[in-house]
Amino acid sequence: MKNKEPLILVVIVFFTLLTYYLVEPFAHHQMHKHFESEGFAYKDLPSIPKGDAARGEALVMGAGACTGCHAIKSANVPAPMDAVSSAAAYGVNPPDLSNAGAVFDAKFLGSLIKNPAHALMVEHKFDASKGQMHPMPPFYGAGGDINQEIADMVAYLQSIAVSKDKLTPTIAFETACGRCHADHYVKWTQIGEKPMFKRKQDELAFETNVLNYQDSLTKYLGKLPPDLSIYIRSRGEHYIKTFVENPQNYLKGTAMPRVGVNAEAADKVIEYLEDSGDAKRHERESVGRNVMIFIVIFAIFALLWKKQVWRDLH
Amino acid sequence: MAHFTKATSVKDWLNQRLAVEKVEKVMMSEYWIPKNINFLWAMGMILVVTFALLLVSGIFLLMYYQPNVNLAFDSVNYTIMSEVDFGWLWRHVHGVAASVVFLIIYIHMFTGIYYGSYKKGREMIWISGMLLFVAFSAEAFSGYMLPWGQMSYWAGMVITNLFSGGSLHADGLVEWIRGDYVPAQAFLNRFFMLHVLLIPLAIIGLIGLHFGALRIPHVNNQDGEEIDFDAEAKKYLAGDKAGSKVIRFANDFMAKDMMVVGVYLVFFFYLVFYNYGFAMDPVNFDPANGLKTPTHIYPEWYFLWSYEILRPFSTNIGLIAFAFAQVIFFALPFLDKSPNTVPASRRGLFKYWFWAMLIDMIILTAMGKVPPVEPFGTIGFYAALTFIGLWIALPFITKMEKKV
Amino acid sequence: MKNSSRRGFMGKAFGAVAGVGAVGALYAMKKTWDPLPSVKAAGFTTLDMSAYKENELVVEKWRGKPIFVLKQSQEMLDTENKNISQITGKTTAGMDKKRLIKIGDAHYLVCIGLCTHLGCIPGYRPETKDFLCACHGGMYDDTAMVKKSPPPRGLDIPPFKIDGMKLVLGEEGPEYKKMKETGITL
Repeated sequence: MKNKEPLILVVIVFFTLLTYYLVEPFAHHQMHKHFESEGFAYKDLPSIPKGDAARGEALVMGAGACTGCHAIKSANVPAPMDAVSSAAAYGVNPPDLSNAGAVFDAKFLGSLIKNPAHALMVEHKFDASKGQMHPMPPFYGAGGDINQEIADMVAYLQSIAVSKDKLTPTIAFETACGRCHADHYVKWTQIGEKPMFKRKQDELAFETNVLNYQDSLTKYLGKLPPDLSIYIRSRGEHYIKTFVENPQNYLKGTAMPRVGVNAEAADKVIEYLEDSGDAKRHERESVGRNVMIFIVIFAIFALLWKKQVWRDLH
Repeated sequence: MAHFTKATSVKDWLNQRLAVEKVEKVMMSEYWIPKNINFLWAMGMILVVTFALLLVSGIFLLMYYQPNVNLAFDSVNYTIMSEVDFGWLWRHVHGVAASVVFLIIYIHMFTGIYYGSYKKGREMIWISGMLLFVAFSAEAFSGYMLPWGQMSYWAGMVITNLFSGGSLHADGLVEWIRGDYVPAQAFLNRFFMLHVLLIPLAIIGLIGLHFGALRIPHVNNQDGEEIDFDAEAKKYLAGDKAGSKVIRFANDFMAKDMMVVGVYLVFFFYLVFYNYGFAMDPVNFDPANGLKTPTHIYPEWYFLWSYEILRPFSTNIGLIAFAFAQVIFFALPFLDKSPNTVPASRRGLFKYWFWAMLIDMIILTAMGKVPPVEPFGTIGFYAALTFIGLWIALPFITKMEKKV
Repeated sequence: MKNSSRRGFMGKAFGAVAGVGAVGALYAMKKTWDPLPSVKAAGFTTLDMSAYKENELVVEKWRGKPIFVLKQSQEMLDTENKNISQITGKTTAGMDKKRLIKIGDAHYLVCIGLCTHLGCIPGYRPETKDFLCACHGGMYDDTAMVKKSPPPRGLDIPPFKIDGMKLVLGEEGPEYKKMKETGITL
């Protein structure tokens, strides 16, 4: 009698794969908009000339008036206000600029200094012609060539930031995401990492600060930005990367600004989210490889046993 | 009282008290299986193995899971996934096995349909198998509630709403099932109980019934041939193993089963480690939020065909069609009027009925997941009508079938 | 013979007694599944109706369910007669006002924000002044009457009682009872 098993196997594999294709790739393609990454090139923003960090420093500390709101801890400039008061005043705590030069794209930083609402893609919320000013005022120039001045400031920020090989996931996340998004799987709150407290009073005081900060943020953005603890599982790397590149693509009208990170910082942010939401991924890979090797050997022995048992039966 | 003698060995000691030799004969060495079978007959063993994987992984998940609406989500996604050593492994095994077990159940079911293994004395095998399908469905659904993510919550909302019975407005029944006006603490706790105790107990009992139902009519074979099991067993025991039409359950049948299980496990662990996304929907990694519906709500893939039978109709007709789809498979042995127990390929119109049903159910499955926009709505509507039509046609086309 | 029939009778009688016990146990089990008194009592929400703005949907919470509050603008009150119900094929004229709650001089839509099809939360679109349920494509007009199937009926109105400028959800006032009697809501 003809052995039909290969044909049966083909039929089963065919219908299984067909069903898989229809309910997974095909259905998800129908349900979700898909955007290709632009590689964090920010093509819509103008490039900036080469800057001079020394002149930039004078501008940042002086005419640029950056330090009126921003801390630059690496240059020993403290924050003018604590995070909670800052958020009450501006809606969100202005970032410490220590590592802005390493995390954000240079073109983006240039555009941001010149016209924050435009660079952040929140002009639908902050329309200067309607008197809706972005909390960060635009830089109108210090008397010289404004583009050169901006380039100098960017060069200064890059000069004080950590070098590329020293950029850690934590620095990238805290600078780019952490003032709006919590990540409670790694104990991150919008006002910093939650320490261990000995006294319950201290803990409650900290939590009150977080809640007050979150209230300001909610008022500023319309809703509290989500906790990112396992966004790596719920959204995935591709979505997160293309979303931060241009949030308006996915959610028209969202208050989430364009983040403006460069490609390296984006990878670091992803790594941070993986450490938070998929912490055992390396173990999964190594255990997976070993289990696969074992199970193939198991299958080979099962086959050999069957051959032996069935030798007499044919 | 039975007569006991001094035991000559441990086996003898046990034999006097538990008749282990007899048990071994009845359950294994002289439990006769037809030889004329292919690897599709190993699906039962694969299901046993998968159920064992679910049971073992479930036991370890149970050690850290917290059935509390405030803690459940993080106990799964943080404690088990990040803190507990190998917790991620149990969870991935559990999640993937819960999905794959339905693939094997469907293969097992369609094997039975194709070879007519529900006919002539084998009706109870089919019916107990369908009861197992229902119990597994309930187990899968209740388990899906436990991580308390967005899909858990909204699937719980939508499915329990089905019990309002459309125009019957049995809202009291819905609230009784939930123990609250919406899925909340009482709901999570009772589904936890169902998932870890009541339904597994029912499944284990039904597995016993399913196996028991096989004993008298015996396992079917590839050609539906009626085998004289006693005569063939004698032949085997007399030494004519090659000439006999039957084989021992163990080790003959087991050896082949384990070979198929080996291949299956390669596939299974590939999914566990490298392709688990299909079994763990990304939306369920957002915590449950009763005030925000996900953009798309869909059940797991194995429920999609029946969900799609519900969806294209207005509420009441949809519910009736849905109820029809849930019970109609039970009636298969009685709707098939043909006297033939042979593969579908030799059964005239039934051959086409089989493939039409299989393809229609795949179309329903696909349409159940995509958003209800055109042309999918129309395709789903006609696929649902085709499903109902095929079942109505079944008694007529099988009645016309000639005896082979 | 006599003996065995007596044994048969006693067997049945024993079965009947055991059955009574089983029914009693089932009753206890059924009651154990009931919503707890604390859950049932948790649900009275008071809304201050003067705080809402026209054509701006506010989602309140009552018994864990989202409650839509939509203050009607004059324009909405004027145009609502144009809607044609997909269920009855007739205009919803006359039906509309009955679904609204008049407090002070303003009309409000107050309803449970769960689609009557399968319980998803429809989203409100202020430009087109209607609700769209993303789950299965059902649509409701600005008084939450069905514009497009599959929902079988308009969004349900929760039990309410008018108390000056306040609305108490969970209590049945005369206005709600009237709505129920006339079949405006369930």
